[in-house]
Amino acid sequence: MADVVLAGVGGQGNVLSARILAEVAMQAGFDVKTSEVHGMAQRGGSVVCMVRWGDEVHSPLIPRGRADFLVAFELLEGVRYLGYLRPGGTAVVNDYRLDPLPVLRGDARYPENTLEVMRSRAGECVVLDAREVAARAGSPRALGSCLLGVLSRFLAFPAEAWDDALRRLVPSRAVEANLRAFALGRKEGM
Amino acid sequence: MIRALLSGNEAVALGAYHAGVRVAAAYPGTPSTEILEELSKNPGVYCEWSPNEKVALEVGIGSCLGGARTLVAMKHVGLNVAADPWMTLPYIGVNAGLVLAVADDPGMHSSQNEQDSRFYARMAGVPILEPSDSAETYEMVKAALELSERHDTPVMLRLETRVSHSRSVVRYRDEREEVDLPYGKDAVKRVMVPGHARLRHPVLLRRLEGLAREAEGSPYNRVEMRSTRVGLVTSGVCYQYAREAFPEASVLKLGFVYPFAERLLHDFASHFHRLYVVEELEPFLEEGLKAMGLDVVGKARVPRDGELDPDLVGESLGELIEMDTGVKGGGWSPPQAGERLSPASELPLRPPVMCPGCPHRGLFYVLARLKLVVSSDIGCYTLSVLPPLSGIDCQVCMGASVGMALGLEKAFAASEANLDKKGKVVGVLGDSTFIHGGIGGLIDMVYNRTPCTIIILDNRTTAMTGFQDHPGTGKTLMGETTHALDLEELCRAVGVESVRVVDPWDLAATEEAVREEVAADRTSVIISRRACTLQVREERPAFRVEEEECTGCKRCLRLGCPALVMRGDKAWVDESLCAGCSLCAQLCGPGALREVRADG
Repeated sequence: MADVVLAGVGGQGNVLSARILAEVAMQAGFDVKTSEVHGMAQRGGSVVCMVRWGDEVHSPLIPRGRADFLVAFELLEGVRYLGYLRPGGTAVVNDYRLDPLPVLRGDARYPENTLEVMRSRAGECVVLDAREVAARAGSPRALGSCLLGVLSRFLAFPAEAWDDALRRLVPSRAVEANLRAFALGRKEGM
Repeated sequence: MIRALLSGNEAVALGAYHAGVRVAAAYPGTPSTEILEELSKNPGVYCEWSPNEKVALEVGIGSCLGGARTLVAMKHVGLNVAADPWMTLPYIGVNAGLVLAVADDPGMHSSQNEQDSRFYARMAGVPILEPSDSAETYEMVKAALELSERHDTPVMLRLETRVSHSRSVVRYRDEREEVDLPYGKDAVKRVMVPGHARLRHPVLLRRLEGLAREAEGSPYNRVEMRSTRVGLVTSGVCYQYAREAFPEASVLKLGFVYPFAERLLHDFASHFHRLYVVEELEPFLEEGLKAMGLDVVGKARVPRDGELDPDLVGESLGELIEMDTGVKGGGWSPPQAGERLSPASELPLRPPVMCPGCPHRGLFYVLARLKLVVSSDIGCYTLSVLPPLSGIDCQVCMGASVGMALGLEKAFAASEANLDKKGKVVGVLGDSTFIHGGIGGLIDMVYNRTPCTIIILDNRTTAMTGFQDHPGTGKTLMGETTHALDLEELCRAVGVESVRVVDPWDLAATEEAVREEVAADRTSVIISRRACTLQVREERPAFRVEEEECTGCKRCLRLGCPALVMRGDKAWVDESLCAGCSLCAQLCGPGALREVRADG
């Protein structure tokens, strides 16, 4: 059983990544619950998805300080939802900064020490430029699958299950790039 | 048995399909939109986007009388629009079953208020079923249709964001029931003239007694006895939060929420010193239990605004339950000191923004520049409220922009204090919103001789909820080509003398049109027409700042485009975000913003 928080910015694709992860956990026979965000928040706003699996899952929302994994699609969003990660949990972080409008306008400052803050709470913190890796795989938009690839190293699900879920849920024209991005992420020390 | 991971909305659709629903109608609204989108993918179901929720429910009434099992779906505020037919439908009853799936939005993820739909059921005298996950949602659709037919009543299936937009495992057989009931005329039952309605009201009240008896034995009202000291009453997704926060507590989980199963509640209460009610939004269950004379605690501790989660449920009730029962923390284990943390409150916010290339941006830039009083409406364009555009003055509900603009204009016309505002009012609303609820206001404006300008932001879709068709797009939910409502003709037909169309990517032409129409002493309509950039996704060259030529004046930043930022003292375009709309180039004095040519 595990609880995973996927935090990002509307348009980065973390809703789809959460669906893929949840599908893999369900195919492994677990009870699964997710929560997603739709509608207004998706227009470039902060978007968080949660995925939980186990013998029996109650709440679709994870209690604070209880998540085993945090997948940060963007640095500030990772820090925003860091309180959900249990101390010593694992963070998978896309080393990417996207300034929100208040920062662009000069009304607020983007925190400088995001990686440091995440490392101080996580037991293990894997940091990578997922956009760059995904671009090598054929599309920078496949960055979510790259991050799932990294996450998959920590989970016991078989490679075929991931392959199957990606093929079924990713739009057909983007499947190959996402499979490659996932494979690159899954490979240690890529 | 098939096992699938479905959202609550997908579960409503699948449940409706398998239960033999043949007609379904809705107006899109987060978090309910996907119900009809999913249902329409199945064969043998007529599905429609109605112009608004009132029409959707009226279509539903007709079809259930006509013998087809029927689903009508909407978000919570949609039921305000549909409230008129909703209140009299229970008088006439149904023939085949009718279920109203209504989705509340606690926390207002994508809504203008967080009203609690359960009161609409109580006010109308309609039973409520409320699921707590997708598996229950799937089952309850069928149960609701059967309940509807057994008691000759509409049934409310009450959803919330965390049910509609959460996924969980559903097991089902891929089998569809066939239901086709004969239609028979029965005017005394279905024509609500006063003489008939007086006969029907007592029928409705007796029906509620029968429903309450059925609620007592409903499999959806479930007692889970665990602790003999702590007893909770809850329903919907709050049941899941309560189980998470107080795993050892006994729970009466209500799924057949209304009318109340009084005996069951009294029996459960008899085991405990007092009961704790865990419910989101209003104290609906709590007031019901108190009226039964039960000792309960609810909103004295549990927040009445915003959405709940397991932490909030534990924090709000843990201490009191410990005081009452001696059970440590009430059974809730709060996060340890080390687990707390998160400086989230000090972080810069990331509000949603209008997309790069959004056709609304040019129009709102012009309105801000002309310092007009802008009465706005519900849609993506409401995001123009944020700086730097700060483009709108007021916004309430679907279609309200037009009537409010009229009211503002009449108030200013007779005012000394606001003389400078007279003739400076415009109303703005989207194409789908205009058809939904704006047309009545426009008729009023012409009829009552109001010199005011209405701007229809026609992006050829219902964008905010994810690109649904509407009567102006020429396509139906079922993918058929149909007549496309001609907005210009419609506006002229109601008596608007001046109707003109502008391209909001052309700032000069847009400004000229707005200036002229606002100055003119008549009701006018400007249609600001360009398809939503997100939906159309045309490939256009991005723009780039020629650094030597940029003077750093920041004029382009007034557009509030997320693709435009300052880097040092020069503007810079994130080309991966730029949609090539050219607005920034139109504003740039020194002409430093240029198209990126293919040759680099």
